[in-house]
Amino acid sequence: MADYTIKVRRYQPESGEAAYWEEFNVELDPSLSVLDGLLQAKDRDDGSLAVRCSCRAAICGSCGMKINGQSGLGCQTQIGEAQEQANKMAAATGKSAAEASSPVGVEADHSGLHTGHAHTATTTAAVPIVIEPMGNMPVIKDLVTDMESTHWTKIRRVTPWLLPFGEPPEREYIVEPESMVDITQSMACIQCGACVSSCLSMEVDPLFIGPAALAKAYRFVGDPRDAETSERLADLAQDPHGIYDCTHCFSCVDACPKGVAPMDQIMRLRRKAGENGIDDPNSGHSHEMAFVKIIEKKGTLDESMLLQESFAPGVLGKLMPTKRAIKEMIGSLPTAVRGVKAGKMRSLRKLIPGAHHKLPDGAQDEVKAIYKHAEEHNEEFNLYIKGEEGDEEAAVEERLEPASAPGAEEASNG
Amino acid sequence: MPSHDVLVIGAGLAGQRAALAAAEQGVSVGIVSKVHPVRSHSNAAQGGINAALNPDDTWESHAFDTVKGSDYLGDQDAIEIMAREAPEEILHMEHLGVTFHRNAEGKLGTRAFGGASAARTYYVADITGQAIMHVLYEQLMKYSEQITRYEEWFSSSLAIDENGECCGVVTRNVADGSMELFGAKSVILATGGSGQIWKPTTNALICTGDGIAMAYRVGAKLMDMEMIQYHPTTLAGKGFLITEGARGEGALLLNKNGERFMEKYAPNKMELASRDVVSRAEQTEINEGRGFPDGTVALDITVVPKKRIHEALREIVLVGRDFAGVDITREPIHIKPGNHYTMGGVKTDVEGRTDIPGLYAAGEAACVSVHGGNRLGANSLLDTLIFGKHSGRDAAARALRTDWSKPSGKVLEDEQAMVDDINGREKGSGRRVSEIKLELGQTMDSKVAVFRDEAGITEALETVRRLKEEAKTAYIDDHGSVFNQDLMGAIELGYMLDCAECSCIGALERKESRGAQYRTDYPERNDEEWLKHINLEKTEDGPEISYSEVTITQWQPEARTY
Repeated sequence: MADYTIKVRRYQPESGEAAYWEEFNVELDPSLSVLDGLLQAKDRDDGSLAVRCSCRAAICGSCGMKINGQSGLGCQTQIGEAQEQANKMAAATGKSAAEASSPVGVEADHSGLHTGHAHTATTTAAVPIVIEPMGNMPVIKDLVTDMESTHWTKIRRVTPWLLPFGEPPEREYIVEPESMVDITQSMACIQCGACVSSCLSMEVDPLFIGPAALAKAYRFVGDPRDAETSERLADLAQDPHGIYDCTHCFSCVDACPKGVAPMDQIMRLRRKAGENGIDDPNSGHSHEMAFVKIIEKKGTLDESMLLQESFAPGVLGKLMPTKRAIKEMIGSLPTAVRGVKAGKMRSLRKLIPGAHHKLPDGAQDEVKAIYKHAEEHNEEFNLYIKGEEGDEEAAVEERLEPASAPGAEEASNG
Repeated sequence: MPSHDVLVIGAGLAGQRAALAAAEQGVSVGIVSKVHPVRSHSNAAQGGINAALNPDDTWESHAFDTVKGSDYLGDQDAIEIMAREAPEEILHMEHLGVTFHRNAEGKLGTRAFGGASAARTYYVADITGQAIMHVLYEQLMKYSEQITRYEEWFSSSLAIDENGECCGVVTRNVADGSMELFGAKSVILATGGSGQIWKPTTNALICTGDGIAMAYRVGAKLMDMEMIQYHPTTLAGKGFLITEGARGEGALLLNKNGERFMEKYAPNKMELASRDVVSRAEQTEINEGRGFPDGTVALDITVVPKKRIHEALREIVLVGRDFAGVDITREPIHIKPGNHYTMGGVKTDVEGRTDIPGLYAAGEAACVSVHGGNRLGANSLLDTLIFGKHSGRDAAARALRTDWSKPSGKVLEDEQAMVDDINGREKGSGRRVSEIKLELGQTMDSKVAVFRDEAGITEALETVRRLKEEAKTAYIDDHGSVFNQDLMGAIELGYMLDCAECSCIGALERKESRGAQYRTDYPERNDEEWLKHINLEKTEDGPEISYSEVTITQWQPEARTY
């Protein structure tokens, strides 16, 4: 048993008051969950504390929330670990997660922090564990968010049911065993919304279809029983808020409690869209290919080549750019200028095509070796196939030549 | 007043399957659930779903295993229907998009499960329930024009018309607290079991016996409420489930001396004997001092190849890591028997019809009875789908031949008064609802568990009756309208106490040991006196006991060994 202080961002819609912070002291074994802590506070101190929960075992997906600013499930986060994390954050920033993460929190701290239920007898100077409702969603009450308007609407957007080829066979569909294992990773999604809560693209573009719905879409695109693969891909690639809206930030991969890795599913959708030759108005596929090509050639990103390679790739594109390419490139210029102004490009020389240096010595060869390795090991990152992340890393380490590891590091630093 | 031909209460597998089956008949359907449908507890079914689909297997073999597993208390007509229709239903689910495991030929592959004489369990890794339920929810979204979803509506009372027929339900919109009387020609209860009466339990917090209690309160008979399954492999203290699939894949049970103790109790089936048998064996080891100091025995999954664990037992890797701090691929995990499943429930026939015209029940809320004294692993998902389908079809057929009956508004007024009464209780007027729930759970887990006797059950019953009195004055903190979980918790406590009282009465009444009911004071099965169902009907003075025959078609009771 240990004492913890949980600091909950509360909102009681019928009170007419704004959101506020409230601290609860709870006493439980460190191996129990943050949700257990909340339920203890609810049972003992304040039954009006609203939190959706049901299974307590990370399978029903009810208790999505932010814990110390990180989106996840309350039931899957051990309270002892959450405390350590809060301590680390406080040590690193000199602030608690509440102060660091939420402006409302700072105001509430100064104005009217309710400490009525915090039994101050146990005066440990512990940093509170900060609990907030999920992000990118309206709050209904306390930790309960409106998932219908933000999450389920988008799930329905991707036509989330199988569209089979005509009448089903008499027996089961005969399919590759691997294909079922492959889509079981996205089938493992419990629709908790943690990825949506953490999605940085959605903060900028609330219309982004988002990680959960796109992972759901992959479940059908990757399903050999579905007849509408290319239609689905075209739909998701051509939507301006579709698969190319993802910025590769990995937040959803971190947040997902079930190893669905929504971003990986989005990348698979992109790859399949490219393979299917789907022309998208975002030029998303050619932009991605431009990145791949430039890094293979130069080791680091040559911004001067990026626009041209994205919209008018290759020598042919350079000599005879299409009307659309010209339009796209001119349209992108303000972004480039803003980048320069904001100091994102350290040297104007970098804007001159071809001036960007290659990696020194044999480092570029190491990059090429990594490409070769990746092509030869074209395997999916799928927990149903590979197991734990740790195992995966260990396996990769075993496979890589010891000498190539330092080279790879240099390449990424360069 | 919103009205639907068929109204389904509860949106787990049984409810969703019933709604889809009813909609296929061309009637209007409403499905009401106190949580979002995909939060329902069918999610938790990990291991798989049984069907004699393999050409080498027969439905008779599946049926016999189920009859034997039930300790001959299951009704064989119902079991035959379930076993016969299972293959077609699995194929139907596959066609809808369930990502079942395939064998090397790309056909449906199976795994072994407890109490079964063939490997006939079809599965999706160890998320079978979740995978099927999410696919059914996809279908609900697809057929949204025929099926209206009421997500997060909490039902509190059934409406009965002047002819004694069920004609609707009072339900509360959780989001804003508004209460409505929904009209219907047929009402299907698919609200799940009552596991929250026990603490700890593998059951979700929502499994509070709502439908069982609602049916009981309007006069429907409950059956075999003493039959409560303790699952052999749950995490001590927390109650989390470790799938039987782990043993199906070859995992061993060991006591603290490293002995594979199942050799003594079930020399043929070993770890894959029926759940009641394995749970009793474990509890015996623990009681006789051969368990670990934390009151557990060990489940050794390390004998299963690592690749296979990642592919087939992924969820258990996560449960071990997140909830027990154990890497199951490297070390054994400590487990014990824990409350898991309500075999009893609302008495129905094979079409899901209860004693009240217009009222149906399916899934764990119902007692058809296909599970009798003990449910076989991977038969619960099957039960939900088969009898969900039957209930949905029959409820639709009834709706098509029945005129609308207008429910009296009094039921809504009564429910509003009940809510006002709870809201009106001052802090300190009685105990906290949460305290009563805790005492109930601990009492039931110590007195009405794997081993039972008259003194213990009597003590539990007395406690339950005292708690029923205390619940009348128990207070809550939240008096608001929006998402008032506190209020719903108080109403759920009432459901739980009704179910608990019936489980105690049944356990006290059945003076024999059969299936999950093991009476240390009556340690033998007694077919002469007790090969019969115990029915309970609500009266002013508590549950009134009556009996009904067990239907036997082709399998006469025999001694049961594994």
